Amino acid sequence: MTQLVIDRLSAAYGATPVLQDVDLTVERGEIVSVIGPSGSGKSTLLRVLVGLLLPVAGTVTVAGHKVDYRSRRDLRAVRDRIAIVFQQYNLFQNMTALRNVTIAPTVVKRRAPAEVTAEAETLLAKVGLADKTKSYPDQLSGGQQQRVAIARALALKPEVLLLDEVTSALDPELVGEVLDTIRLLAREGMTMLIVSHEMGFVREVADRVLFMADGRVVEVGRPKQIFDEPQAARTRDFVSRILRH
Amino acid sequence: MDRLLEEIPRFFNYYNMIFIGQAFFYTTAMSFIGCTVGFAAGFGLAVMRHERIFRSLVLRLLAITYTEIFRRIPFLVKLMVVFFAFQLSGLEVSMFTVAVTTVALSAAAFASENVRAGLESVHDNQWDAAEAMNMGGLTALRRVVLPQSWPVIIPPSMTYSVGLVKSTSIASQIGVLELTYAAKVMTNKGFSAFLCYGTILVLYFVLCFSLNRFAAWLETRLDPTRHRPA
Amino acid sequence: MAYTLQFGQVTPYLWYMAGGAWIALQLAGIAFLFGWAIGLVFAAVSEYGRGPLRWAVRGYVIFILNTPLLVQIFFIYFALPDVGILLGSYEAVAIGMALNASAYLTEIQRAGFRSLRRQELDAAETIGFSRVQTIRYVVLPHIVKVLFPPLSNQYIILTMTTSIAAIFGVEELTGRAYNINAETFRSLEIFSIAALYYVVLTFVASTVLYWIGHYFFRVQGKVF
Repeated sequence: MTQLVIDRLSAAYGATPVLQDVDLTVERGEIVSVIGPSGSGKSTLLRVLVGLLLPVAGTVTVAGHKVDYRSRRDLRAVRDRIAIVFQQYNLFQNMTALRNVTIAPTVVKRRAPAEVTAEAETLLAKVGLADKTKSYPDQLSGGQQQRVAIARALALKPEVLLLDEVTSALDPELVGEVLDTIRLLAREGMTMLIVSHEMGFVREVADRVLFMADGRVVEVGRPKQIFDEPQAARTRDFVSRILRH
Repeated sequence: MDRLLEEIPRFFNYYNMIFIGQAFFYTTAMSFIGCTVGFAAGFGLAVMRHERIFRSLVLRLLAITYTEIFRRIPFLVKLMVVFFAFQLSGLEVSMFTVAVTTVALSAAAFASENVRAGLESVHDNQWDAAEAMNMGGLTALRRVVLPQSWPVIIPPSMTYSVGLVKSTSIASQIGVLELTYAAKVMTNKGFSAFLCYGTILVLYFVLCFSLNRFAAWLETRLDPTRHRPA
Repeated sequence: MAYTLQFGQVTPYLWYMAGGAWIALQLAGIAFLFGWAIGLVFAAVSEYGRGPLRWAVRGYVIFILNTPLLVQIFFIYFALPDVGILLGSYEAVAIGMALNASAYLTEIQRAGFRSLRRQELDAAETIGFSRVQTIRYVVLPHIVKVLFPPLSNQYIILTMTTSIAAIFGVEELTGRAYNINAETFRSLEIFSIAALYYVVLTFVASTVLYWIGHYFFRVQGKVF
């Protein structure tokens, strides 16, 4: 079943176009990875999907419903279905790990605190932070913070999870723990759109890979196809440069 | 000098003490009420002009115009404008109310600047995360951004409030019975200016110095680099 | 309400008020210059001095910072004659404002001294700069850059503060507004216009100081 359809989506910062005619269809349970040089619009694509940046053209259809990003109701509905994890974690600095996870379900969705807390504890245990529930973000390592951020996104019970370069801000030795968490979600069948520079990881978990440059989709295909037999010159160039590292 | 020494026991008699005590109370009350009301209004202005909360250009322009104009008018001139505006409006208000209004108008302009700086000190990514989780602007403000802004908002606001305590001395010009006016009254009664103004200088000092110490203490307590009580 | 605002009656006085604004700027300038000089010495004593001299300076600064300017001037104007010092109103206001400003300028310049980083001085020494060269090429540019915005702010605050002089009969901007009021009784109009003068005056001063700082000293910060 189709989860997400992006059709000729375009966006701009002021007069500068940052996304142009992006097309993508994501099936339920599918993992699509978005790669490309910096400034190619990967993160912008995710920001547009959760309504942090208004598209200037094109449509997004989530679970069969076409989203009007100018309508408050649609915006709420799409954010209920799609959760995002940011590169800089963006944890609320004034709250403990546990509160970070429970705040949206209790305050926004108005669910019973006791139930939400129990779920949040389970989620934090799942990402390996059962003993850190009472810690504040600045008492946690980058990897731990990012795992809290993932738990926080999962607490919203999203149908799609967007991961925006979630390991880019981490020290190399902390990358593994976050990737392990994402592998866990992959095994559970979570639909994910992953922007990443970890090519080995992309190759391993992604069902399909989308290569972007200058705000446009250059090439889409199976990981093997993109990495081993890229069709477009830009993809070839990018892949060869990345793999040489 | 001898005359001064001779005057002292007469100056510090029971009735004069009550009189000065009352004046001290008026100075404090005027500052406190004015600053509290003004801070609330300034807070509203800062929220009005914040682009992650309200997206109205009109509101933003109004808030900016108010702030830019009112922090550039001297207290005395503002006091006169408020005084005559009340007079012409036909509202029968006390001089105390006129002075408190002036304090509040001044405090609002500066509080709005301080609150704005405080809100801006919180990284945009906190707003992004809140928004992506469907929190409304005001909810994000209350739950996420404000708790992180207080350390930046409160110390300069306290310092500015102390400045306003000092400015209230100008309210003596329209006859509010605060400390400075009390000193005037006492000199008119024949006491030496040295004694009268010296005494109230000391009283102002006690008030402002303790408030400044309190502000400094708050600043170290609120310092974000210090670890918060869990 | 019978009263209607009539700005027409006030327009003949606009030049007269502009003259008052000029006096206000001068008064602020005098207070600033003297306050700055005293403040420089006091800042040095605060940072590098010791013993009774330092205590006296700190006591003075803290006392001035925590008492109202108006009462300080009242004291100078009304109380000092008791001990034989008689001053005219303009002198009393100018001296009071300069002394008051000196305390604020002490604290500002003290912060400037403190911002001098040890490493920069060490670096200058290792390059082989002489003492004079270090001051000329390292210390001064740094201090100017750090101090320019707060000093500019202080000047603008002083410009607004000059309105207090009206209370002592000095005919600067606010004083002239009182004069016009006594003749025309167009009170609200006059004081609103006076307020507007201050807004424009400080706004222009902010802008000019901002550009001076920006072009001559490569200062980033906003001025008032």
